[in-house]
Amino acid sequence: MKAPRPSQSLRRRLLIQLLGVAAVLSALIYFGVRAIAEQAAEATQDNILGASATTIAEELGAQDGEIVVDIPYAAFSMLGAINAERVFYRIETDAETLTGYDDLPLPAIAPSLLAPVYYTINYRGVGLRVVALQRLVTVQDRPVVVTIIVGQTRNGHAAITSRVANLAASLGIGFFILAGLLNWVATERALGPVRRVALAVGRRGPADLSPLRQPMPRELAPLSTALNDFMARLRAALTRTETFIAEAAHHVRTPLATVRSQAEIALRLAETEDSRRALRAVIRAVEESGRSAGQLLDHAMVTFRSEHLEPAEVDLSEMLSHALRALTPSADIKDVTLQVSPLDTPAKVLGDQLLIESAIRNMLDNAIKYTPADSTVTISLGQVGGSHVLEICDQGRGLAGADLAALSIRFERGNNVADVVGSGLGLTIIQEVATSHGGSFTLAQMTEGVCAKLSLPCYVPA
Amino acid sequence: MRKIILAMLCACLGGGAWGYEIQAQRLFSAGDGAPVLRIISTGDLELFAPLIIAFQAQNPNISIDYTVASSGALYAAIAEEGATFDVALSSAMDLQTKLANDGFALTQISTNTAALPDWARWADRIFAFTQEPAVVLISRAGIGDLPVPQTRQDLIALLRDNPELFMGRVGTYDLRLSGLGYLFATQDARQSDAYWRLAEVMGSLSPRLYCCSSDMINDIASGELLVAYNVIGSYADARQEPSDSVIYLIDYTHVMLRTALIPASAPNPDLGGLFVDFLIGPQGRAEIRSQTGLPPIDGAALAEFSHFRPIPMGAGLLVYLDQLKHRAFLDEWIAAMVQPEN
Repeated sequence: MKAPRPSQSLRRRLLIQLLGVAAVLSALIYFGVRAIAEQAAEATQDNILGASATTIAEELGAQDGEIVVDIPYAAFSMLGAINAERVFYRIETDAETLTGYDDLPLPAIAPSLLAPVYYTINYRGVGLRVVALQRLVTVQDRPVVVTIIVGQTRNGHAAITSRVANLAASLGIGFFILAGLLNWVATERALGPVRRVALAVGRRGPADLSPLRQPMPRELAPLSTALNDFMARLRAALTRTETFIAEAAHHVRTPLATVRSQAEIALRLAETEDSRRALRAVIRAVEESGRSAGQLLDHAMVTFRSEHLEPAEVDLSEMLSHALRALTPSADIKDVTLQVSPLDTPAKVLGDQLLIESAIRNMLDNAIKYTPADSTVTISLGQVGGSHVLEICDQGRGLAGADLAALSIRFERGNNVADVVGSGLGLTIIQEVATSHGGSFTLAQMTEGVCAKLSLPCYVPA
Repeated sequence: MRKIILAMLCACLGGGAWGYEIQAQRLFSAGDGAPVLRIISTGDLELFAPLIIAFQAQNPNISIDYTVASSGALYAAIAEEGATFDVALSSAMDLQTKLANDGFALTQISTNTAALPDWARWADRIFAFTQEPAVVLISRAGIGDLPVPQTRQDLIALLRDNPELFMGRVGTYDLRLSGLGYLFATQDARQSDAYWRLAEVMGSLSPRLYCCSSDMINDIASGELLVAYNVIGSYADARQEPSDSVIYLIDYTHVMLRTALIPASAPNPDLGGLFVDFLIGPQGRAEIRSQTGLPPIDGAALAEFSHFRPIPMGAGLLVYLDQLKHRAFLDEWIAAMVQPEN
């Protein structure tokens, strides 16, 4: 089955959205700082301009019926104090321009006597910031309104603006980087529980259907509840199936035994060769059905007991002796010699007696089944590292290239064994027993035959 | 001297063709078809010719047309006539500043301009290439045993105490004719009240008024003048006679910065920029010192004498060019200097 393509990662979604927010905030900072600084720079420049115009206004006076003005040196030198600014000015009454640049534009809104007017114009090809203010001068007892206009280029303003723009840009970028890092940390932390749940689920054995017991964030509780419900239903269904199979197998096996013994009796009594051949076929078919039923039972039992493993101290060597005693008749029938290395030392493991017995029986059964008549099956039990290793080698036809993973799938059989009685469950059972006991099971192709190797961890009493 | 210079004038470029008056002109030709760098300058031709030749030695493919005009004529040529010069060299810092302020100068930015100290450039448009103090020139033979003045107070006292000796034998710039004289006078007036008292005292001695430093130096040398006030010190140094004294007054001595700018109407602004970079660069400084005897820009040399005050560049210089202020200042100066004979 193909795994469904994972939809967009939760972490990436979170990160992208948080980064989006950070980018918007960075942009806001950039434009905000610029706007504020530009306003401040403009206000500062306006203040200096205003001061310049005011110092000129202070020097306004009348002499011999004419308006005179003695522009103070500081009025202009203060303007270029920070940056070299070009300066333009105009002093005029309604009637005429008294002095300065007579083409310097007047403000659109005339300044009042109380408040100066600031404006920005383009004059002689450069941008100017200009202030206009008005003063009353008394000439021959008549008040005359005089307008003073002072403008300067905006080099200082531009310099400040570009400096501030750089600063604002670095501020924005710095904020974005910091926010990005913090977002990453926050996302990792927020998604920690999800990852822990995923890990807990992933770590489970293939047959572990017990409920999740990890502490769960509130948002994930529905998922965990649903998952647990689902697993409970699945477990129930599986149990029902296994029970059904076991029941069925049991119900089939007993009558089959009867059929077989009756058929054997009939075989002995049969008089014609034809009927003996027919009866042998019956016996063989019954034998096959019986073995299948037995293995189905075994398998159901293995599955059930693996889930509810109640380990006890057991002795592999003793169990192997029992199994050998049970299977020697089958071997004898086929003229197969069982060559057993001495089993005088106990091999203690922690495990379920029935399961391990079943595994050993299946290994022996397979070896006897697939080794040709009049050959030898070699059986040895030894210790390698921290494990007891049971090795059973036959002289059979081998695996024909198939591997263990494929062969241990339920009801899967090698493609060169059609003529041998078998259900395809044997290897599955051994494999499951090995796994549930923390051991391993391997099949190795030898020059002649196959060696099956079951390793189970040694039990060392505390 | 003037006759010699006039003799060098090219007939086809006679004064009639232009609204401004030129004093001398010379073409340093690099052959037919060579691009021509046109310089208008307030600097005397014989003083600047070696510098031009040094520049041409470096740039042998450039012809140089050097025109001498007064600072006022130079201003008028560029601001009012739109005359086609690639570089304008002037001692009138205020008029140069006004040209740049009013948009008649191009910006020039290079490694050499950036290396120039802040006080020697303005708005990337005006670049100082000499620093020339305004000095008092005294004929030592003429004043005999009288003490040599060290400050304006001393000078005022000397003149006031010996009216019969100095009558008609003191000289200074005629502010109505000389832009540089006006610049020195306005900076004097800004710096100290002593200036107006000095003007009053000089005015009472029937002063002789001059257009140019060189004329004052000549008259001191010939003994016609005993005291010349606000002479360009470098000219005086260059032509000092043993009998004369160049005095750097220690209350303050203004240092005029001779400046270069590239007019907005320049037909070859690249050539202008090349020449400006040459003037203010290390090699140009060395050539200025060795070829003209003028002191090139050197902050360390200025710092040696605490009474040397370089005239600050900047918009402040525009103040005294204001029409009303100019008229008022001249009125006051005339009232002080040009007193009716009594």
